[in-house]
Amino acid sequence: MKILYFAWLRQHTGMAEEILEPAPQVATAGALIDWLIDRSPGHAAAFEQRSSIRIAIDQAFADPGDSIVGAAEVAFFPPVTGG
Amino acid sequence: MTVRVQAESFDLGAETDRLTAGRRDVGAVASFVGIARETNPDEGAEPVIAMTLEHYPGMTERMLAAAEADARTRWPLLDCLIVHRYGRFLPGDPIVLVVTLSSHRQAAFDACAFLMDYLKTQAPFWKHEETASGARWVAARATDDAAAARWTKKD
Repeated sequence: MKILYFAWLRQHTGMAEEILEPAPQVATAGALIDWLIDRSPGHAAAFEQRSSIRIAIDQAFADPGDSIVGAAEVAFFPPVTGG
Repeated sequence: MTVRVQAESFDLGAETDRLTAGRRDVGAVASFVGIARETNPDEGAEPVIAMTLEHYPGMTERMLAAAEADARTRWPLLDCLIVHRYGRFLPGDPIVLVVTLSSHRQAAFDACAFLMDYLKTQAPFWKHEETASGARWVAARATDDAAAARWTKKD
C-alpha cells in the first residue's frame, strides 16, 4: 500500500510517500493513523492535529472510519487551500 | 476533458478564442482568473514575497473533472475550461483560470462561481507562503467552506 503525505504532514514525516504493508487488523483509515504514529516521532508529529487532517483513499475523500482493505493508495493532508 | 493542471502560465484571451472558435450558439462567456497577491488578509500580516502551490497529482485532475461534471448537470453549459497551475509564484502571477460558455449569461456566471467554490474546498492544493520572516502553510478559510456550502442548499 502506498501512503502519501502532503504539505506540513510531508515536512513532519520527512517523506512524500512510503510503501508499507500494515498489519491485517489495520482495517480503517483511522486505524492506519494509529499504526503510522508509532513509526517515528516525525509521524507522531504529522498526526498531532488529528482532527484537522483530511484523508483520501484511492484518490477519493474518505473518513477515518472508512475501510482501507484492498486500497492501493491512502493519502493524508491538511485542509486544501488552492484556487 | 477540459481540465488542465500545469506549471505553465495561461492566456485568457487565447483560451477564450479557442473555446468560441467556429461556434454560433455561444451567447455568454464568463471567466475567473485567480492571481497570487502580495497582501495577506490576516491583520498585521507581512507582505507575501512568493507562494508555492503543492498538489496531489492524479487526485487533482479527478476532483477538477468531478467539478466540471457536476457543473454540467446543474447548468446548460456549452463548454467549460479549468486550468490550475502548481509551482512557485510571485505576486501578480496568474494561478487559476475558469471559463464557462453558455447561451445565456446567468448560467455562465453561476457555473463559473460554482466551479471556483468547488475547487477551493475540494481540489487537493496547498499554498505555502514566503515572507521576510519565514514561510508558512496557508490555513483553510471557513468563508470558503461557506461559499461552497451555498450550492448544496435545497431550493
